[in-house]
Amino acid sequence: MSRETSTIQRRKERLDRGIKVRTEGLYALTSWREMFYLLVPRTLLIFGLLLSPFFLEMYWQRVLCQAGIYALLALGFDFLAEYVGLVCLGGAFFIGSGAYLSGLLNAKLGWAPFFTIPIATVAGAVISTLVLLPCLRLRGIYFAIISFMFPLLTVYIIIALNIFGGTEGITALATFPNIWVDQYLILGGVIIALFALRRLVTEDIGLILRSIKDNDQAVKASGISITSYKTKAVFIAALLGCFGGAYLSHLYGWVGISQFALDYSILPIAATVMGGMGTLVGPVIGAFILTPLSEALRGFGQMRVVVYCLILIGFIVYKPEGLMNVLQRKYHQFEHWEEV
Amino acid sequence: MNILIYGTVNSIIFALVAVGFTLVYGVSRLPNFAHGALYVLVGFLTWSMVNDFKLFYPFAILISLGISSLLGALIYRLVLIRLRGLPTSEIIASFAVGLIILEGLRLQGIGGFKGFIGPFYVLPSFIDAKIKIAGVLIDAQRLIVMLGGLAVVVSIWLFTHHTKTGLSLRAIAQDEQAAMMLGIDSDRAAIISLSIGSALAGLAAVIILPLGNVTAEAGYRILINALAVCIIGGLGSWAGAVLASFVLGFAMIISTALFGSVWESVVLVGAIILILIFKPSGLLGKQKELEERV
Amino acid sequence: MGEGIFLQVKGITKSFGGVMAVKDMSFEIARGEILGVIGPNGSGKTTLVNLITGFVKPDSGEVFFKHKKITGLPPHKIADLGVTRTFQIMRPYHSLPAFKNLIVPLNSPRIRRTRGGKLGDKDGVAIDILEEIGFERDAYVPYKIASSLPLGYLKRLELARCLALKPEVVICDEIFSGLSMSEISTMVPLIEKLQMEGMTIMMIEHRLRELFRLVNRVMVMNFGEKLAEGVPEEVMENKEVREAYLGTEAALC
Repeated sequence: MSRETSTIQRRKERLDRGIKVRTEGLYALTSWREMFYLLVPRTLLIFGLLLSPFFLEMYWQRVLCQAGIYALLALGFDFLAEYVGLVCLGGAFFIGSGAYLSGLLNAKLGWAPFFTIPIATVAGAVISTLVLLPCLRLRGIYFAIISFMFPLLTVYIIIALNIFGGTEGITALATFPNIWVDQYLILGGVIIALFALRRLVTEDIGLILRSIKDNDQAVKASGISITSYKTKAVFIAALLGCFGGAYLSHLYGWVGISQFALDYSILPIAATVMGGMGTLVGPVIGAFILTPLSEALRGFGQMRVVVYCLILIGFIVYKPEGLMNVLQRKYHQFEHWEEV
Repeated sequence: MNILIYGTVNSIIFALVAVGFTLVYGVSRLPNFAHGALYVLVGFLTWSMVNDFKLFYPFAILISLGISSLLGALIYRLVLIRLRGLPTSEIIASFAVGLIILEGLRLQGIGGFKGFIGPFYVLPSFIDAKIKIAGVLIDAQRLIVMLGGLAVVVSIWLFTHHTKTGLSLRAIAQDEQAAMMLGIDSDRAAIISLSIGSALAGLAAVIILPLGNVTAEAGYRILINALAVCIIGGLGSWAGAVLASFVLGFAMIISTALFGSVWESVVLVGAIILILIFKPSGLLGKQKELEERV
Repeated sequence: MGEGIFLQVKGITKSFGGVMAVKDMSFEIARGEILGVIGPNGSGKTTLVNLITGFVKPDSGEVFFKHKKITGLPPHKIADLGVTRTFQIMRPYHSLPAFKNLIVPLNSPRIRRTRGGKLGDKDGVAIDILEEIGFERDAYVPYKIASSLPLGYLKRLELARCLALKPEVVICDEIFSGLSMSEISTMVPLIEKLQMEGMTIMMIEHRLRELFRLVNRVMVMNFGEKLAEGVPEEVMENKEVREAYLGTEAALC
């Protein structure tokens, strides 16, 4: 009885301010405050990305373009891993096939980048999907294994058969007219891809894909071919990667086996895990954090891969929810101490 | 005759590399993407002990095998144990561990570490001699590979069929929950399987590597070969892995003899795609058709 | 025989690693009939369902639906033809409202075909289906998050997932198990109503009393084999059945 007065107990209370806004989109139109509340993070992201070129030096503008490519790959990885249940360890394969296709079209047929990029994006995605198709019928780790093997094997094949320019690659490709085109092409791509994917995962197809991840048998018993939906999902992810690859080949005017390099497979994964799996925004932000970091480590050779992996393991073991989930929670809920 | 002997040697190389991966996956359903990295690591450790620390060669081998099996256990204890049951995370984490080891070996300029880059690292052969078998000249190391490989396969079979630990590993592989109810600790089994698997990766390295250079890049190649064997043989099936090794080993030697060695990777890709299309569960694999009660 | 046969199973056999799960089973279901399948635990009932619906490939034997062979087809094709099933282990999409769980079957090719491509408001259709099966719309049950629903509703949700496909044959794998008497007593009229609407139903069940009220015929399985078949009263008179089934399951509730 006397304890009541002796100590004042405190407990942490958590309020969720956005719950109404987030559950029913329609209510957001009822008040300016709620609309503002919803719009701020989105506008911040979009304008942040679009305005960033003005504040960067030439060198970092290039890095920004790189980061955009990684962001696309990370988006694709997150989409496949979290919404379809396919772990893709071979983002480099998407980059490589997009890059080589647009490189070949440009070098052999002399087409301009604004033709080669769309064609290489679609054709590259078709090829990547076809190659991965045989393992889509299987559950479990097959997709991870196969997607890990193919970029590396493709490199061996290119070197061994000395096709597509062998180890030299294809040089002297057309580049974009100026660095502004470079930047806004990829930034636009990232923003469109991000919001399109966010839309997609809430549409019926997204729902079906998530059901496949959760309970594929019930989906089969509902008369839906899970292979065809998985194929569609892989195609979508491949589109993003191949666009990145095709863009990359014209960014540097050069295509080579280093476009199958491990960086394109591992950095997007690290970015996704760091940014928060399943958020789609997180991976983009992760990519824009990790790429400059890896640029800074460029002088240390393979150091950057080791660093990505350490970050990756650190997050996956100790903070598996990632940055974005934490940030979202902090934004939507505020905690305060209440005296009891 | 040439093809027969070199095909056999090649097949056993495949089997040696794959058997560790299969063991780990078969017991604990963990795809150990660090397998190739451990293989290369043991190669470099042994080289470094022989050349930098002037250790007696067999000693160096034993110590580095010990280190690799300890490392395997540590990978599980420190990283994977927290991720059990999250397949996405398990795959990503073991992949990342492998990359840290492989790329770490190539790091330069940290603490005077020069990095293992370039074709300068050669492990000595066990016996430097050449023997003639049925008219084919073959060096002793390849014979050792054959005998060693056979010994490894046989001893694994004996271990898993006739020792208590081995039997409990197989029990876990067949039905984890039932095995746990019988008092088999699945974490302990996973640690044991990973450390044995890693030691096997190392053993494969010390037996095979004297045939060529030790390079960090080989780690990827080794992992790919191991994965290819496992997919073709059927994931988690030990007999399948051995069979697939022979299929791949001979396919490669024959294609090399007919078209030249450049087609090796094409053969590998072709074999994987064919098996995935026509018999996706692998040569001897059994896919669990349903999780529901029978 | 002849016209009446809707679903026909001929000599179907499956063994798992030497254990005969289903051994040379043959039976028929007529259009609009309810067939009950009973048997002790482990007698191969669920395997039989898996064999018919294509989730498990049989070692030998065939299944015909409307005189068309369906063995060897993948599960989604069989479902597409109109033979669908519920699962014993339900895993609904937990974080979504109940009606969103029906979006998957409503997107199937079968529904696109039958509805002529323009389904319009899928959510509305889903809610209608759920209401028909006992999700009170006025109490906002169809809008509740799936994970918050009690077992009775989850079983109905599983059935609704099948019905959303507009199937011709529904195979119910133990939809009464785990339910209370009152929950079952609301499910029974539901199934009667489905039969009146012309649905052909195969019910795997342990709750014999409720089952016998519903079914036209019952089939008893033991050790993967058919022990007896006929109208419920007749079958329960069978001496073998009494020994095999009732002997082991003392409590006939």
